[in-house]
Amino acid sequence: MADAGMLRFHVPEPEVRPGGAPDFSNVTLAPAGSVPRPDIDVDPRTIRDMAFSIIRVLNRDGEAVGPWAGLLSSEELLEGLRHMMTLRTFDARMQMAQRQGKTSFYMQHLGEEAVSCAFRKALEPGDMNFPTYRQAGLLIADGYPMVTMMNQIYSNEADPLKGRQLPIMYSSKEHGFFSISGNLATQYIQAVGWAMASAISNDSKIAAAWIGDGSTAESDFHSALVFASTYKAPVVLNVVNNQWAISTFQGIARGGSGTFAARGLGFGIPSLRVDGNDYLAVHAVAKWAAERARSNLGPTLVEYVTYRAGAHSSSDDPSAYRPKTESDAWPLGDPVMRLKNHLIQLGVWSDERHAQAEAEILDTVIAAQKEAESHGTLHAGGKPSTREMFEGVFAEMPAHLRRQRQQAGV
Amino acid sequence: MPRRTMIEAIRDAMDVSMRRDDNVVVFGEDVGFFGGVFRCTQGLQAKYGKSRCFDAPINESGIVGSAIGMAAYGLKPCVEIQFADYMYPAYDQLTQEAARLRYRSNGDFTCPIVVRMPTGGGIFGGQTHSQSPEALFTHVSGLKTVVPSNPHDAKGLLIAAIEDPDPVIFLEPKRLYNGPFDGHHGRPVTPWSKHELGEVADGHYTVPLGKAAIRRAGSAVTVLAYGTMVYVAQAAAEETGIDAEIIDLRTLLPLDLDTIVASVKKTGRCVIVHEATLTSGFGAELSALVQENCFYHLQAPVARVAGWDTPYPHAQEWDYFPGPARVGRALVETMEA
Repeated sequence: MADAGMLRFHVPEPEVRPGGAPDFSNVTLAPAGSVPRPDIDVDPRTIRDMAFSIIRVLNRDGEAVGPWAGLLSSEELLEGLRHMMTLRTFDARMQMAQRQGKTSFYMQHLGEEAVSCAFRKALEPGDMNFPTYRQAGLLIADGYPMVTMMNQIYSNEADPLKGRQLPIMYSSKEHGFFSISGNLATQYIQAVGWAMASAISNDSKIAAAWIGDGSTAESDFHSALVFASTYKAPVVLNVVNNQWAISTFQGIARGGSGTFAARGLGFGIPSLRVDGNDYLAVHAVAKWAAERARSNLGPTLVEYVTYRAGAHSSSDDPSAYRPKTESDAWPLGDPVMRLKNHLIQLGVWSDERHAQAEAEILDTVIAAQKEAESHGTLHAGGKPSTREMFEGVFAEMPAHLRRQRQQAGV
Repeated sequence: MPRRTMIEAIRDAMDVSMRRDDNVVVFGEDVGFFGGVFRCTQGLQAKYGKSRCFDAPINESGIVGSAIGMAAYGLKPCVEIQFADYMYPAYDQLTQEAARLRYRSNGDFTCPIVVRMPTGGGIFGGQTHSQSPEALFTHVSGLKTVVPSNPHDAKGLLIAAIEDPDPVIFLEPKRLYNGPFDGHHGRPVTPWSKHELGEVADGHYTVPLGKAAIRRAGSAVTVLAYGTMVYVAQAAAEETGIDAEIIDLRTLLPLDLDTIVASVKKTGRCVIVHEATLTSGFGAELSALVQENCFYHLQAPVARVAGWDTPYPHAQEWDYFPGPARVGRALVETMEA
């Protein structure tokens, strides 16, 4: 009671700022293999501690250990490695293209490749993701053509979205990738609605909602939890905690206690945390949650603990708000290297084959880029017709838009 | 032909639509078991089951956001926001999500939802149960905005809205739910059962979106109105004896500009009446359109009669609400200009 009468305003701060030594001592890591794997019909009340622990499969020696291991074959893991390497190479080329003025904007996945690439492989055809801007791995891992992704980034004449969306805001119903909104968290409740519709229709498809740690502060995150728990919607509620919402550290959205996963507990939603840099762990947890949803057991909240090694976007400078070497100090390592080491440990991969794969993937991405650029880039070559600007506002163009199109001379 | 209240007509529209199309679902706050606070959905849950008509949490953004997801899946949600005044938490979902989904995905995903909400004053609802937010929707690319003025239109327009492939905002003037209104709060209201516009055909019919109706033919001045104000305008015309042509817009967007322009070119005068606040109200858009399209035919300035630029007051609502006297003064001044 010493300070009674003198209130102090509290603003959370990260452990360190630029110039300081990176410090992740607050990230408590459970040893790989130590977190149990409950049955999918578990009573959520009995697994409350899983909202505070971290499910990990790969240990420091590159071995897959514990009850969440053993779900993927070597071939599937090699495919997963290739997906992550492809996404990383794709990112690097597109980031460079942005610097060269070929597009206005780009957002990388550096350090987070495992989250979307591994999750995609836990879904079935027809399931629907409601992603943020940092889940392009869902498309890469589903075989969506890279050339089409680049056409969208370049807003060129072959852009399937006709130049109407920011780069990286892809849309593909066929590949289970909902149109991305620039407004944060809006898609979270939409995913729940989609899942409710699947249940109403007695379908077997499920939805996956995606959100970043910072956007969990948005009202629609909480709306989604209310609706998902109320109607036991067949949805996987994903929270990608990559530590930073542009320059704002995750403690601002989370507050000083609990975890993002713990937000599901009050709703009676099984809530798990998983090592987001561990391809095997992400896949295993995604599979568990997807199976729950498909078995009419309702939603699962999954927090992926990871680190955004790159900038938020091509417009961001992370050195202004965090130590430059912080990503090197991230205790969960690099997802590509960890899976690579695991495959070497299994005897199905080598440094030589990895280097060869890197070269092959780079060639493939460069070839795709050349093809995309043959259709134009943002400021050069072919671009969508101005006439397209007036199309698609409504199913049928109303008279006032027709008049405006005529005034525009198109 | 049976006569129904607007509430019954709206309920009938949903009933017909749900019977014809299994993909039509209805939900919102108190909408399921209770049938809605105005009873517009009464009986639908019992008839179609809880998966087709159900109660929603008190979360407007959640109602509209989940409806968008359902529509993207392939359902046709017709949701209720309990009062138009409550739609502000859902405004982001309505204007930046529902309105743009078709455009931003180039038709990959579409959003055929209907968002019903009781609008307007005249029931002593105070500031948060009386608002008329139509201009907030008509300003948004990708939304259609409908305001019926009678049971026949309400049913036909709502069925058309549910069948429409795009998102439709359906504003229901709550002052008209049980009977028409002539603007004189002291007079007894004629129930729809004694009014010819209460005649609502059984079964399926539509009133097309984007088509206005001429409620009263005239040659001296054109009055543009919608919802409750159609009746206020009619009373004003009768009480002043001015030969006014009253156009009930029915759909604000897309707007039936052809009918408006033809009428104003014929009469040479135009008075616009709406209940929402004057400044930047939909009347401003109408006035601009009339000026742009009919300038050389106008014999008087375009006049606007609207709610005052104040929040909607409780005790003074009959001073706020445009009545026949105010509309009548505008008609006389326009004729004398």
